[in-house]
Amino acid sequence: MAKSALLKSSIAKKVAMALSGLFLILFLAQHFFINSTSVFSPDTFNSISHFMGNNPLVQFVIQPILIVGVIFHFVMGFVLDFKNRSARPINYIKNNGAANSSWASRNMIVSGAVVLAFILLHFYDFWVPEMVYKYVEVNPLNETRYFAELTHKFVSPVRTGIYCVSFLLLSLHLWHGFNSSFQSVGFNNKYSRSLHTLGYAFAIVVPFGFIFIALFHHFNH
Amino acid sequence: MKLTLKIWRQKNAKAKGEIVEYPLDGIEEDMSFLEMLDVLNEGLINKGDLPVSFDHDCREGICGSCSLYINGEAHGPDRGVPTCQLHMRMFKDGDTIYIEPFRAKAFPVIKDLVVDRSAFDRIQHAGGFVSINTSGKPTDANAIPIPKHDADRAFDAATCIGCGACVASCKNSSAMLFVSAKVSQYALLPQGKVEAADRVLNMVAQMDAEGFGNCTNTGACEVECPKGISLENIARMNREYLSASLKG
Repeated sequence: MAKSALLKSSIAKKVAMALSGLFLILFLAQHFFINSTSVFSPDTFNSISHFMGNNPLVQFVIQPILIVGVIFHFVMGFVLDFKNRSARPINYIKNNGAANSSWASRNMIVSGAVVLAFILLHFYDFWVPEMVYKYVEVNPLNETRYFAELTHKFVSPVRTGIYCVSFLLLSLHLWHGFNSSFQSVGFNNKYSRSLHTLGYAFAIVVPFGFIFIALFHHFNH
Repeated sequence: MKLTLKIWRQKNAKAKGEIVEYPLDGIEEDMSFLEMLDVLNEGLINKGDLPVSFDHDCREGICGSCSLYINGEAHGPDRGVPTCQLHMRMFKDGDTIYIEPFRAKAFPVIKDLVVDRSAFDRIQHAGGFVSINTSGKPTDANAIPIPKHDADRAFDAATCIGCGACVASCKNSSAMLFVSAKVSQYALLPQGKVEAADRVLNMVAQMDAEGFGNCTNTGACEVECPKGISLENIARMNREYLSASLKG
């Protein structure tokens, strides 16, 4: 089969979407792990953040891959959604989607768009100042600044509220997306039930954990 | 039973359709849904109106001819049955029932509730078969040992009647449940393995060419399928496709 035909095929796009999603799930897990240390030990949080912010492998290899992964996942998501909508030019007058599928599965584009908006805000809040601090202003290394920068962002109740709502939508996105990714890459066997449980647990623990961290810093600092 | 029917009427493929309301009385709960439509059509014919066109053939759930999107669900609110086996006991006296054609760009409306599902035929022609030489002394298929587990799964996939409810139910109008059932029923059996790679590549290419949408794993197709075709088949098709593509 010609490579161009493979790249255009519906299944290849679906698999690419799934793999980029699984990659972002891994990123989310490590981000959650690092952020959770801020609740227990500001020093640990500072140390890990300093390592992540200054390690050349993380900064110049993993970070660009992550940014490409995020952009690919969102662009592909919107492209596929547009194509899928055009596959039904005339909609049903009465459609009972709730009879056969979950809200989360039918509205991945909605939850995904909210998560995208959140990521843009998150970049504005943390990533852009970090880049300016390190590479534009070229400030000296400061291993203890990260915890204060984190808690400072959660002083505002509006920003904390936006973060919490975004995490709720992230939870819905993961509720369908985690297990859907494995189905897309062809994983459906006797282990699927256990995997589904893991997926649902991840979709609850990680986003609600992030909500807890945001509220914890809002009310304690 | 007294019912109000809201039915999609469309003169032909190019005409602009609309929902038309029909009050209907004297319907018994033991009637099938299609018999209820027969009663409506008799009344329309007696009045000199054009009857409502809809697809049907065997009326015993095996031919895959009947369709209809009833109150927002393919084949109506019952589970595991096509429209011909849907009975009026699933509705209540006084109900309003919306009846629409299966909607998809790849399933254009021909008239009223009749849609052109020949896209499925073209997908089948692209690879939904096994090439067997029937001249001379072909080996009896029963002489080939097949593990019971594989035979059962192949048979489950083969129960797909190609009605198109999967496409109609999917928010993306994806045909992947249908195509995966056809891919699976052969890929699981020794006779089908020989052409498995070409089959999956060709059938998926034809599916894409017909303009169906992409599967996002909502699972609506599996729920609405009158034959209970499992999503396992889609996962298998994805594996078969990736493996065939990588082999070149």
